[in-house]
This record gives sequence, structure tokens and C-alpha cells, in this order.
Amino acid sequence: MIESLLWLVPLLPLLGFIINGLGRNKLSKGAVGFIGSGVIFASFILSLYLFFQLGTLADKQVTVTLFDWISVGNLHIPLSFLYDPLSSVMLLIITGIGFLIHIYSTAYMHEDAGFGKFFSYLNLFIFFMLILVLGSNYIVMFIGWEGVGLCSYLLIGFWYTNRNYASAAKKAFVMNRIGDLGFLLGVFLMFGFFGSIEFAKVFPLAAKMLPGHGTLIVITLLLFIGACGKSAQLPLFTWLPDAMAGPTPVSALIHAATMVTAGIYMIARSSVLFDLAPVTQNVIAIIGMATALIAALIALTQTDIKKVLAYSTVSQLGYMFLGLGVGAYTGSFFHVLTHAFFKALLFLGAGSVIHAMHHEQDMRHMGGLKGKLKTTFATMMIGTIAIAGLPPFSGFFSKDEILAYAFQQNQLLWIMGVFTAFLTSFYMFRMMFLTFYGKYRGTHHEENHIHESPKAMTMPLIILAILSILGGLINMPHVFGGNAWLASWLSGANVSHKELDLDHSTEFILMGVSVAAALIALLFAYNKYVKSAALPVADEAPRSFLEKLSYHKFYLDEIYDAIIRKPLDALSKFFYKVVDTKIIDGIVNGLGWSANEGSKGLRLLQSGNVGYYILLMVVGVIALMLYTYLSLS
Amino acid sequence: MELLLLIFLPLVGAILTSFIKGNGAKTIALIFSIISLVITGVIVCQFTPDASRQFVTDVSWIAQLGIHFNVGIDGISLITVILTNILTPLIILASYKRNYENSNAFYGLILFMQSGLIVVFTAFDAFLFYIGWEAALIPIYFICAMWGGKDRIKVNMKFFVYTIAGSLFMLLGIIYLYLQNPMHNFDINAFYALNLDTTQQSWIFWAFFLAFAIKMPVFPFHTWQPDTYTTAPAAGTMLLAGIMLKMGVYGAVRWLIPVVPQGTDTWLSLVMVLAVIGVVYASIIAFKQKDAKRLIAYSSVAHVGLIAAGVFAFTAQSLQGVMIQMLSHGINVIGLFFVLDIIYSRLKTNKIEELGGLAKVAPQLAIVFLIIMLGAVALPGTNGFIGEFLLLLSVYNYNAWLGAVAGLTIIFGAVYMFRTYQNMMLGETNALTAGFTDIKGSEKIVLYIICALVIIIGVYPKPLLHLSEASVQHLIEQVNQKLTGVN
Repeated sequence: MIESLLWLVPLLPLLGFIINGLGRNKLSKGAVGFIGSGVIFASFILSLYLFFQLGTLADKQVTVTLFDWISVGNLHIPLSFLYDPLSSVMLLIITGIGFLIHIYSTAYMHEDAGFGKFFSYLNLFIFFMLILVLGSNYIVMFIGWEGVGLCSYLLIGFWYTNRNYASAAKKAFVMNRIGDLGFLLGVFLMFGFFGSIEFAKVFPLAAKMLPGHGTLIVITLLLFIGACGKSAQLPLFTWLPDAMAGPTPVSALIHAATMVTAGIYMIARSSVLFDLAPVTQNVIAIIGMATALIAALIALTQTDIKKVLAYSTVSQLGYMFLGLGVGAYTGSFFHVLTHAFFKALLFLGAGSVIHAMHHEQDMRHMGGLKGKLKTTFATMMIGTIAIAGLPPFSGFFSKDEILAYAFQQNQLLWIMGVFTAFLTSFYMFRMMFLTFYGKYRGTHHEENHIHESPKAMTMPLIILAILSILGGLINMPHVFGGNAWLASWLSGANVSHKELDLDHSTEFILMGVSVAAALIALLFAYNKYVKSAALPVADEAPRSFLEKLSYHKFYLDEIYDAIIRKPLDALSKFFYKVVDTKIIDGIVNGLGWSANEGSKGLRLLQSGNVGYYILLMVVGVIALMLYTYLSLS
Repeated sequence: MELLLLIFLPLVGAILTSFIKGNGAKTIALIFSIISLVITGVIVCQFTPDASRQFVTDVSWIAQLGIHFNVGIDGISLITVILTNILTPLIILASYKRNYENSNAFYGLILFMQSGLIVVFTAFDAFLFYIGWEAALIPIYFICAMWGGKDRIKVNMKFFVYTIAGSLFMLLGIIYLYLQNPMHNFDINAFYALNLDTTQQSWIFWAFFLAFAIKMPVFPFHTWQPDTYTTAPAAGTMLLAGIMLKMGVYGAVRWLIPVVPQGTDTWLSLVMVLAVIGVVYASIIAFKQKDAKRLIAYSSVAHVGLIAAGVFAFTAQSLQGVMIQMLSHGINVIGLFFVLDIIYSRLKTNKIEELGGLAKVAPQLAIVFLIIMLGAVALPGTNGFIGEFLLLLSVYNYNAWLGAVAGLTIIFGAVYMFRTYQNMMLGETNALTAGFTDIKGSEKIVLYIICALVIIIGVYPKPLLHLSEASVQHLIEQVNQKLTGVN
């Protein structure tokens, strides 16, 4: 059953892309929205059905091969899918949240001239994302991997007449490609070492090896570079905040819930390899932690509501990598799920605010919206509590699972993790307070025009809010009497799982500390932004050194510009104007000139006489042909 | 019989067009090129994908010198024949809207060149190969010199002298091999069977390598190329970049490495390094080019550098990568040059900074340009990925560091292509571009076909790979036997 239906899951969105792509100017908006959302809904229902089917199987792995894609010598790359517990959950997330965001977009994008184009791109994205998680080898995964990058490019630059948006799109693609090179080199090395790039062949071979093998370390490090590009980790994260140039549903779907978690999915999928490479794991934990912290520090001073959410995404992704690095594969994947719920919710909520505010994104111009946008406010508050890690909402469980593993591994990591949780709670509540509390900071006339968004937008918010509250049940830890369903489900998928070796009282203390940190941050934010009604200063107003550092994103863009882009551009000019034109071509011309001088007697090579040379050749060819003709007859 | 038709029909067409006045010439040329394409289709259907040489015609030509008219098709030839005969009608159709002066001569020369190219790709007699080699050069020289842009005489002078100089070295090499050959003929098998010592092989290597390296071109023998591509008329640029440079690639696969494997081995690391330098060097130069045509010319140097590296890596994966990438690069590069020609024909400029916002006024062009560009930057699912993946894998297997450096093309290619796309197509329109009209008629047909090929080959490359697989394997075995047999 699974074999005969699985391929339909990605095919339906592809069909949606083709229909909406071809009919983007002919179909009515209603038809486009119906087709675009309908195919994703069908995929979701199918995924749900397959999910329950998989549960009934003893061996929870089904491989479906469509056809031989590339086959050369000892290299065989079939286009084949692997359906197992890990991909089954990803399928539900992608199509489920994808569907909600499609519905939301029918209202959010309704006035946009590129409505049809938008839905076709969105469908295409879902298609590639499904290929990414379904691939049964690294190259099919790579099709999806680069395909989602392309869709990300198209959707970030959706309003391409704005040059800045177009630049943001290009930046995202190029930075992803830096990671992709790492990914590809890792695959090359893997192929050379294991003789295959199929999960089903590589992992059993690797499982027989001793930990710390040098080649495995290099392979995993290279794959991790790929993950850094796609999942926006240091030093490749600067594209993600810029990616907010895209329409807000895109930010919710691609740049929060699905695509950016591809790196975590890939590492969880390859956990057999990463478990054997402790050096890589340490690197991942450190990079993840550093990214989480730095992004949180930047988020503290941002004034654009989407930028706050973007940095918070980077920061949360950092948490997930921290989890991967300390061996909490289930915990990280758990956080992928809960984060998909509450971050999609927060972005869509922000979209609802932006929609109501007529494309205003600066929180300094908002304020006091909670009375006007009741549903948006209530649902976003739920999302904020979830991301801040307050019990019993979903973010609490997934974040604390990661932090508990971090504590077990290295207490410094745990301290930094808790500090980041503190910052997270602060900047998220700051965002909520600036947006929804206090007095409205625009004109009275504008205020009268603010209305709650239509049902198509608020319904997805409500569903996601429910998921954000209840999502923790997916992997309720034993300490709360849960059965850790996700962990046992994923055990059927070759995802490594190591048990937490802490007694329950330690677990409770750790949780207490992080919850306390989040609550204190909440109080700080409340005092500052509600009680004292503080406002972030205007762009040109003076800031302290630390504020500047945070507000200007640690000047990373400027630094990359100075150490990479500018030198390369200078090198380009130098190569072209000096090396190519003067040196190499100079030598060629010099040789030509001396040959010319030397052969003056023959006068063959002098300009004007080339025709003579050609004439000679033609005459020669004709003579040869004549000779043939005569000798034959 | 079919192969002889492929060689002589274009000549008949060339003669016919020269009698036609006015616009009929391009129609005749198009019909003839489509007939060649149909015959190629028949050949592909009849071809048995093993290592053997098929559709063979072998008659004594100049008996006193042992010269044979010996042509045939194996898997390697077949790919290049497909390349030539798919691209030629597309190139002719791409020029359909242009009114060239003396168009009968223009189209006659294209057909004449097609014939020469087929001879190059199917000859199994070194002398015949050389005749084809020069016969393909003469028409393209005239096309560039008579219908080209500014500075065409000076630029073509250099192109011509440079390539002829290379060919002359090759001619010397062929004559030397002939003299060494106890059978006193130019037969390829006799050349493969020659027992030359390493010094002789080195000399022969350089004689052939220069000719092929200039033609492709491989760094640092490339400086004729950007000027020539930029000044040539669109059809000329497409012929040069799409088909002609593959003569060098094919020549190295067929006539260089199997004839002098030890000679190649001696210089292998140098050649690989040069090829990979070309990839990175040309990509970096492409970053800051102001003229889009010149930018694509440099990107072509980069792509060809990777193909050259694949040729000399000489493994099953690398050569299969070379085969499919020859085809893919040909398709993509003529697509890119055609897009630039469409823009040039409307706005009289290819200066990147003067353009902008074209996507708004020409959405169809924006889409096809995007798809072709994705092929050029080797996105998985497009034709460019199959070849680039196999080639990078092979270079990586030859030497991991070299592979990593060559891999930079993945990043750099994205940088210069997406930069160009952004500056030309995205943003707001300006005074110049506001009145731009979208593609139509023959422009659409050509670009749609190219886009379809980009995706079809990318999604289902197996039939193509299958065609050349056995021949590639056979060639590798032959070379390995020779390498182990002599030592």
C-alpha cells in the first residue's frame, strides 16, 4: 500500500505547481487558491493515511524506487524514497503546516498581482521539501536540498522590482551554495570511502566502525557545513534575516517551519555517522550554542517585528544544533516540531499585524493593538509563551530536553543555554509588549483603519495556537509520567537515542532554573516596556557600544563584505585587466608579433593576406576532391 | 549510408543556398538542418549501444599515401553528432528574425561547417579528421569576420592565427605518427597500436594538446576566446561555444589520450592543474564583467575547464560526465547567448548596468532565462547538474584538494549568474528597458525547446548516458591495456 501511494505525496504539489504555473494569468484567484491549497491538503491526508499504515508494519522502513537516475560505472543513484518514522513525521509537518499557510496566503496575498505565481512557487517549494525528506540517498536529498534553495530564492525575491529584495534573494542563494559545496564534498568523500551514498548501505557499514575515525570526522564536518548554510548557523546565518524581504507566509513556511530545519533533519538522519565523530559533535554543539546566543543578542534591539522573529529563528535553530551536538537527536527533532508550530504561528501572527497595519513592520509605529486584533494577540501570546519555554506549553518540553542533555555533556553549555533562554523570553515579550500594549503610536486616522484579519488568516492562527499548547504531548518525558512517544517512534528510523542519565530531582531543578530565568526576563520586559513604556530609539539616535553591536548585527555583513566580497571583486578586476589582458594576452600577442616579423618574407600571416591563406586551403581541398573523383572514375 | 547523408547533405544544402537570393536561404538551411536532425534520430534508434563502430564507410581515398575515407559512429561519436545536429537547427532558427546581408552565404557557411563538424566527430582516419578540423574552421572564420561587430577583422585575425597555429602542431604530430606507422596509413587503430617511447609520446602529446587546448580553450590558451565570442554575430558565437569547442574535447578523448597514454600520464598533473585554474580564474574574472556576452564567454572558459579536467581524469565517471556535459553545455550556452541576442536586437546593448527590470516587461523571457541559468549553475534536476556532478566527483577522486578548488565553481557560478540576472532582469525598468517587448514566434520556439531539454536531460539522463557507456568503457580498457602493456 505504501509503495503504491507514496510517490503521490510529492507528485500532487508538483501538479499544483504546473497547473498554477501555466494558468497563473488565466485562472481566477479563487481557482488558484483552491488548487494550490487543495493539492497540499490531499498530500496531507495521504501522509496521514500512510503514517498510520506505517504504524502497523513490523519493520518500519519502506523503500520505493521510481527509476534509475544516474548510473555510471560503480556509481548508482536511483531516484528512490525512504519512508520511515523520521520521514513520516516530516511529511506530516510539511504538508500539515504547509496547508495552513496556503490557506492563510489566499487571504494575505489576495490583493497581490502575482497571486498565481505565488501559489505555484509555494507548491513547488512543498514538492522539493518533500523530495528532500523522502530521498533514500544523499543525492536525491540534494535535489530537494537545492530545490528548496531555489524556491527560497524565488520567494524572497517575489517582489523583485525592489532591488534590495532581489539582493536579499541572491544573498540567500549564494550563502546556501557555500554550504552546498561542503555537502557535495562530504558526499564525494563518503562515496569514495563507503562505495555508496545510499542510507541503507552507508549506515550499516559505518555502524561497524570505531568512533573517532578520521574520515568519518571529515565527512560529518563537511555535511555540517551544508547544514550551516541551509539552517542558518554561524558563520553562514546572515542570509536568513535578510530573507524577511519575502512575503510573510513565506517567512513562516520556509524560513521558520520547514526549509531551515533541513540541516537538522539531515544530521538526525545521519546520526549513525555523527555519533561516531565526537570531534564533529563538539563542533556542532559549540557552533549551535554560539549561534543561539549571538542571534538572541541581536534580537534584543531589533525594531522590525519580522527581524525579531528571524533572529529568534536563528537562535532556536542554534538550540537544535546544540541538541544534535550533545546527542539529543530526539530532543532536537522534537524542538523542530514544536518550533514549527509556534514559530509558524508567530510569523503568521506578525503577518496579520502587518496586514492590519498596511505593511508597516516597525514596532516603534505600533502599540496598543491588543484591543483591535484580539485573535491575533491571543494566539501570538500563546506562541510567545511557548517559545519562552514556560510550562506547560510545547516549547518548554522540547527546549528542556535539549538543555538537560547539554547539562549532562558540559555544564558550561547548559549555563549558556539557560542564559539564551533568558534572552529569548525577554526579546519575545518585548516584541509582544511593543506591538500590543501601551498606546497606539500612529495617527488617529490610521488607528481607525486597523481591523482584525479575515477568517482565512485567523483560523490557521488558532489551529497553530492549539498545536503550540499541546505539542509537548508528542514527547512527554517520563519524569512527568509521559511515555516519550516521539523517541520510541523514531527508534524505528535508525535515529540514535541515548538515555538521559539524570535523576528526576536534578531534572526538576534544571527545569526550575530555566523557567525562573524565563519568568524573570518576562518581568524585566514588563517593567521596561509596559510599566515604564520605554521605546527603542530612532535609527539616528546615539546608542551605547553594546547596543550598537547588537543593533548592527555585530557588523557581520560589513565584515564579510570587507574580507570576502571586496577582495574577490578586486581580484576579478586584477585578473581581467592585468593578468588576462596584459600578461597572458601580451605574451600571445608578442609571440604572434615575432612570428609575424619572422615570416615577413612569406607574407602569409600579415593581415589582409589571410584570405590568400584560406584560398590556398580551399584550393587544396578542391584539388583533393578532384583527385578522388578522377581516381574513382 | 545514414552517416554519409549526415556528411554530404549539408554540403548539398550549402550549395543550394548559395544560389538562392533573399530570404529563402534561411528556410532552405533550416529544412536541411532538420533533415539532418531526423536522420540523427534514425541513427540513434538503429544504434546498438555497445562499444562497436557502426554505420561504417571505409574506402581508400588517396591510395599512395594510405589515406582512407573512414567514418563511423560509436557511442562517443554519437553524442557529439547528436550535439551538432540538435544545435544547428536551433541556431539557424535563432537567427530567423535577423536579416543578415548576403544571407545565402551566411547560411551556406553554417551548413558547410556542420558537414565539417560531422567529419571531425566520425572520422577514424587521422588525415580525414584533420581535413574536417580545418573545414569546420574556415566557415566560422568567415561568419565572424564578415558579419561580426566592432573590431571584427583584428579580433578574428588573432582567433584564426591562434587556432591555425594550434592545428599546424597537430598536423606535424599526425605526420610524425604516420611516418612511425609501419602500415603507412592514418588509421586510428594503427595509431593506437604504435609503440612509441615516452619522449616521443611527450612530443606528440604537446603537438596535439596545443591544438585541442586552444580550441576548447584551456587556460592559459584562452585569450582569443572572449574577444571572439563578443564580436562574433550571435549565430557565430553559438556555433563556436555550442559546438565548435567540443572539437577540442572530442579530439582529446579520441586522438590524444588513447594514442599517447604515457605522454599524457607524464604531463597529467600539469594539465589537471591548468584545467582547474581555468575554472576558478575565469569564474572570478566573470564577476566584474560589464558586457554580458563577455561574461558568458568567461563562464564558458570556466565550464570548459571542468570538462577538460574530466577528459584527462579519464575514468568511466569522468568521461561519461564529459559526454553529457558537452551536450548540456552546448544547449545551455546557446540558450544564454540567444537570450543576450534577443536583448541586443531590441535595445542595441548587452551592457549589464544599462539594463534592469526586464522581468516586469518580459515575464516569458525572464522565466526561460531563469531555467537556462539554473542549468548553467547546475541545479539538480537540470541538465547541468548531471555533468557537473560526475565531473566534480571525478576531479575529487583524482585529487581531493583539486576537487575542492574546482568545486568553487558551484559558488562562483551562482555569484556571477545571479548577479547578472538580478542586474538585467530584476529591479525597476529604466528609460531604455521600459519599452522592451517579450519574446515571440521563433524566439519562443527555440527557447522553449532549450528549456525542455534542460529539464528532460536533467530528470532522465539515463538514455543518453546509456548511449556512450560501452564505448567509454572500451576506450578506457584500451588505454589501460596500453599503459600496463608497455611498462
